Parts: sequence; C-alpha cells; structure tokens
Amino acid sequence: MGVPSVPRVWREIKYKYNLIGSKCVKCGKACYPPLTVCPYCGGKEVREVKLPERGKVISYTIIRYAPRGFEKLVPYVVALIELVDGTRLISQLTDVEPEEVSIGMEVEAVFRRLREQGNSGIIEYGLKFRPLRR
Amino acid sequence: MRPSKEAHIVGYGAYVPIYSIRDKEIARVWGRSSPVPVEQKSVIGPDEDSITLAVQAAKYALMRANLDGSDIGVIFTGTESKPYAVKPISTVVAEAIGATPNVVAADLEFACKAATTALQALIGMVSSDMVKYGMVIGVDTAQGRPGDELEYTAGCGSAALILGRESRDAIARIEASSSYVTDTPDFWRREGQIFPNHAFRFTGEPAYFKHIIRAAKALLEELGLRPTDYDYIVLHQPNVKYPIKVAKLLGFPKEKVLPGLLSPVIGNSYAAASLIGLCKVFDQASPGQRVLLVSFGSGAGSDAFSIVMEEGIKERRDRAPKLEEILKVRRQLDYALYAKYRGLIRD
Repeated sequence: MGVPSVPRVWREIKYKYNLIGSKCVKCGKACYPPLTVCPYCGGKEVREVKLPERGKVISYTIIRYAPRGFEKLVPYVVALIELVDGTRLISQLTDVEPEEVSIGMEVEAVFRRLREQGNSGIIEYGLKFRPLRR
Repeated sequence: MRPSKEAHIVGYGAYVPIYSIRDKEIARVWGRSSPVPVEQKSVIGPDEDSITLAVQAAKYALMRANLDGSDIGVIFTGTESKPYAVKPISTVVAEAIGATPNVVAADLEFACKAATTALQALIGMVSSDMVKYGMVIGVDTAQGRPGDELEYTAGCGSAALILGRESRDAIARIEASSSYVTDTPDFWRREGQIFPNHAFRFTGEPAYFKHIIRAAKALLEELGLRPTDYDYIVLHQPNVKYPIKVAKLLGFPKEKVLPGLLSPVIGNSYAAASLIGLCKVFDQASPGQRVLLVSFGSGAGSDAFSIVMEEGIKERRDRAPKLEEILKVRRQLDYALYAKYRGLIRD
C-alpha cells in the first residue's frame, strides 16, 4: 500500500472500487492491478477490463503481525484468488475466521474499508473478498 | 402530500452485517438483571462503516431494478453515523456503483428519519420528471455509550430503494406521504461527541408515539383510508415494545406489524430501521397489498407513506438476497470482540 498519500488513493479509486484490471490485446490474459505491459507476454497494447467479482481461493496466509494501518484487523487472511475468468489476484478476505478458510473456497467481492490514514486522514475503501453467500 | 404523478419503487435492497451480540451478554458485563429490550443486535465488522453498508444495499437494489449505476440520477443517503464529519457518503456510493459523475448526490440528517425525508424529496424529483431514476439509502452504525440503555439496542444496517417514473413491472407505487415535525429534545448528539444523550422525560409519549400517530392519521385522512385497508404496517423500531404499542394505538393488530419487525434480532438500525422493515415486507408481500410505512426521527418528526404492491414484486424479489437469507449467516460476539470491532479498545 506504500506511504499514505491522498493523490495515490484518489488515482486508484476506479480500480479498487470496481475491480478494473488490464487485458492484453495480444495474448488475451488479464491482470490485476492493471499494468501498462502484459506480465505474461510482454505485449504493450493493453486495455482496461472489468473483472468478474467471483472466484476461488488458490492459496492463503494468515497475518498475525500486520503492517501499519492494519494492526486492529489481526488475525486476518490474505489470499491468492482465481477469478472465474482465470485472472489471479491477491486480496484480503473478510467476514471469515482464519481457521474457516480453505483452498478451493468460493469467494465474492465486497466493498470494505481497506485502511485509514490515522484519525484525521482519509479513509481508503475498496474491494475485499468474502465466502460466497448465494 | 400527493404528487400529481405517482412515483414507483423499481428496486430495493437491504443489508445487515454478519456479526451480532446478544443483549444478555451486554447485561452480563454491566450486571443488569432487569429485562433487556431486544434479543440481539447487529454489529459492524472491523472493516465496515456506514459507507460500506450503504454500498451493499445499493448494489442489491440495482440487481432487483436490473439497472446500471449510470442509470441512477440521484443518490440521497440518510444517516447519523457518517465516517467523515465533512465528506459525503453519497459520493463514495455513487463512485462504487458507477453512477458518477452526472448524478445529484447528498447526505441528509434528521436522526432516524433522514432517509424517509430523502424519499419524499426523491418522490418530487421523480414524479416531476426531473430524473428518470433515483436512489434513497437509509444507513446507520449506531453507537450507545457503554453501559447506557442505548447500548442494548444500538445496532446497524442499511436499506436502499430505487424510484422511477415507469409503472411497468414496478415493485410498488407510493400513493402519498405526510410529515409531522416539532422541536422536541428527546435525543441528541453534539458536534465532536461520540455518543448521544437522551432525555427520558421526552422519550416515548411526547416523541415516538405523538409524532408517529399524528403523521399516520394525517395520511389516512388525506387518502380517506382506514387501518383495515392496509395489510402491513412498518414502523420505526427502536425496540420491540414501541412499534407494537403504537400500531395498536393506531388500530393495527400485532399480526400486521410482525412481518416488518426486525428489531428483536438486529436492534435499532436508526436511519435504516423503517426502510429495512419495509424491505422485509417486500420480501413476502403480494401484488395489490397495501403497506403503511411510518418513520420516526428524534428532534423530532415522523414521515408516513402509503404504498401499494405491484406485479413486478414477484419477479424482482429473488434477484438479490432476501433479509431471511442475509440473517441466516450470523456470528455471535462476546463483549470483548464486540468492543474490539466497535473501536471501544483504544491504544
């Protein structure tokens, strides 16, 4: 997440609120967060794409010693998720206890507080994933 | 107040977090032996607030309306628990659902009736053709001072309604509304204070009961309708006792109150309370049935609405999770985790 910055948060709103990634015109693979060069084939022609908000857990880790801004959430889970279109991304899981998480668990995106910049700074929002509800 | 053209409800959505605490657990901590006002109340998770709750309800409402965020021309949010003192909830919701930038957006405050007042403003905008579709959200993550009577009921939740001028396949139509407002010091929170104060002298009879009864009677009189013309009554629900009692005073049996009464299991969700109750009724009502909705906000005032169910409810209802499904997934917290999630533990 880097150093707290208001402009950075503002620049990332579109991608974090609505799961907008990038898709390579050459090889057709998508990635998140969006990149200007395809990490799979090196293609330089990419376009923004709305990614599906459902997927499954490929792997995960439990965070017990959190970086600044996340201390009050411990213990929490950060997971590698494969979306239904095959795109993989890393996201925090929410509404779930660490011992309930398993590989293959179906998840869906939900809009949550990601971090607050102290008591007087801005609040960062974006998508996390929770166990699929329906 | 009857608009020249009726506004129609084309989408609705409600959301309650998965966390909950039983009143008997709160009573255990404070050594209370007298009866508690509700069985359990909803609690926000550590990464939730009024904005995240509002976004979830808004998304469910869009699913039922089968609309994109860009179709929404107005977003009004009624709340008294804003994450920012200055910076709107409605703009974040607008961005999160894709309604920006050509959208009217603002937050309204009138204690627990802010959202129904917003609904009246939206009825005017939709029925006058200023906008095609607009959304009203009621949301709160209420705080009660630890150990205070309010701590036993101060819950959370959100509800969103989408109004449109189209009548084809609507969920319901709003026939008319009324308001009854006075300056009554029953409950308040000063700027910079975390917890509200309340004056027992004005709680109940001079506030909740008087305003709800006057607003409801004015509406029934304007429409020439009687309690027997209604199949449901949905009320602001700060506890279990008050809504049942005020319904009885208005001539409505308990059976017409219970379908829209969620306070026993989610507590008082403040600005969301009456609209969540309405969503609960929408989850089961049939075309042609009539619903009386009456909010109450401290300070004080009530808004009453006469709503008639339309054919569209049958097909639209199942496009998003119903409250029964949402409340099926619940995590009971002990007081320690409740204190952690509610930010009562400080560094």
